[in-house]
Amino acid sequence: MAGAFQFELVSPERLLLSEEATMVVVPGAEGEFGIMAGHAPMMSTLRPGVLRVSGAAGDDQAYYVRGGFAEAGPKGLTVLAEHAIALNDLNADDLARQIKEAEEDVTDADDDATREKAAVHLAQLRDVQAALAAA
Amino acid sequence: MPSLKDLRNRIASVKATQKITKAMQMVAAAKLRRAQEAAEAARPYAERMEAVLANLASAFEGRDDAPQLLAGTGKDDVHLLLVATAERGLCGGFNSSIAKLARERAKSLIAQGKTVKIVCVGKKGFDSLKRDMGAHIVKTIELRHVKRVAFENADEIGDLVRQMFEEGEFDVCTLFYARFQSVISQVPTAQQLIPAIFGEAAELDAVYEYEPDEAEILEDLLPRNISVQIFRGLLENAASEQGARMSAMDNATRNAGDMINKLTLNYNRQRQAQITKELIEIISGAEAL
Repeated sequence: MAGAFQFELVSPERLLLSEEATMVVVPGAEGEFGIMAGHAPMMSTLRPGVLRVSGAAGDDQAYYVRGGFAEAGPKGLTVLAEHAIALNDLNADDLARQIKEAEEDVTDADDDATREKAAVHLAQLRDVQAALAAA
Repeated sequence: MPSLKDLRNRIASVKATQKITKAMQMVAAAKLRRAQEAAEAARPYAERMEAVLANLASAFEGRDDAPQLLAGTGKDDVHLLLVATAERGLCGGFNSSIAKLARERAKSLIAQGKTVKIVCVGKKGFDSLKRDMGAHIVKTIELRHVKRVAFENADEIGDLVRQMFEEGEFDVCTLFYARFQSVISQVPTAQQLIPAIFGEAAELDAVYEYEPDEAEILEDLLPRNISVQIFRGLLENAASEQGARMSAMDNATRNAGDMINKLTLNYNRQRQAQITKELIEIISGAEAL
């Protein structure tokens, strides 16, 4: 078993989680990455996705996070997410609505750049829906 | 000289007012505690964000390719003043002190020949600014329906600011709000949002690897930081408003108490004077027989 490190999940409204974790999988802007104890210092922005925490006590938690960044330093890992909800609390209908809005954004886009951006956003939301369905 | 009945009515009415101000004070005290908790809970996020941004921003100092949100548009002709006040009155000098600070700033900017645009957050600020600054107010955002300020509210305002900036509607954006110091002291504060200003970058304790690169992270975080700063301002404002209302209502309750004492004294004096007068009338009537 690898060593534990301090993990904090912070939303603008409050500190959601602060505990010892053995591994955290973060949905980074350029792909998911796992952080374990002793990881080299790094900083990455987030894409909407599911963040998985393996607690030191053997408990696993999953959060839906959107917007923000993750900072892995010598002191541990801090994830600052603009929106963070426990996956269990995430409403499937709410997500479906967001996906529908994103679909509209794709069709309404005026130029290629906006369309591409909206399409990426849509794909990310679909990923989350798949993750929610699997959970 | 008011009659006894008039005095009785006045005392009853002041007592009723006192009950209301007392109730408002207690409500404000309860709300203040919640607002303070919310402001404290939001602190870690804002502080982290600022620390990270300060570090990233220091790397871009003096470079030409720095994002506009950090470096500005290179001009400072059009100023946007974002004035955050409360939705309700009866909170002492809270609203007027923020409006006053904003008005002074606007006047000095106008005197320097700059263009001023004002966005009001909260009805009270709009009410007090519309008289002499009405022509400059471009938008009013009401948060009347909002019981507890959520990040979404701040994000909406942030969206508006970002959109206006992208469309080149202003060069400098300043947020006005009251920083909560204590129940009796709220400090009206002006904070520049765009171009962003950060404190000294703290020494990094390690060499960080960035993914994507620093420029992209900065570009992603700067717009978010605007919402975060607005959110922090709104939370501070919420706590300040309740603090100001609490002390204003405390004063009002005390004043009402003083007034009741004075009126009661007056009432008793008159009542006794009347009794004495009646007695004299009876006695002198009996003596005349």
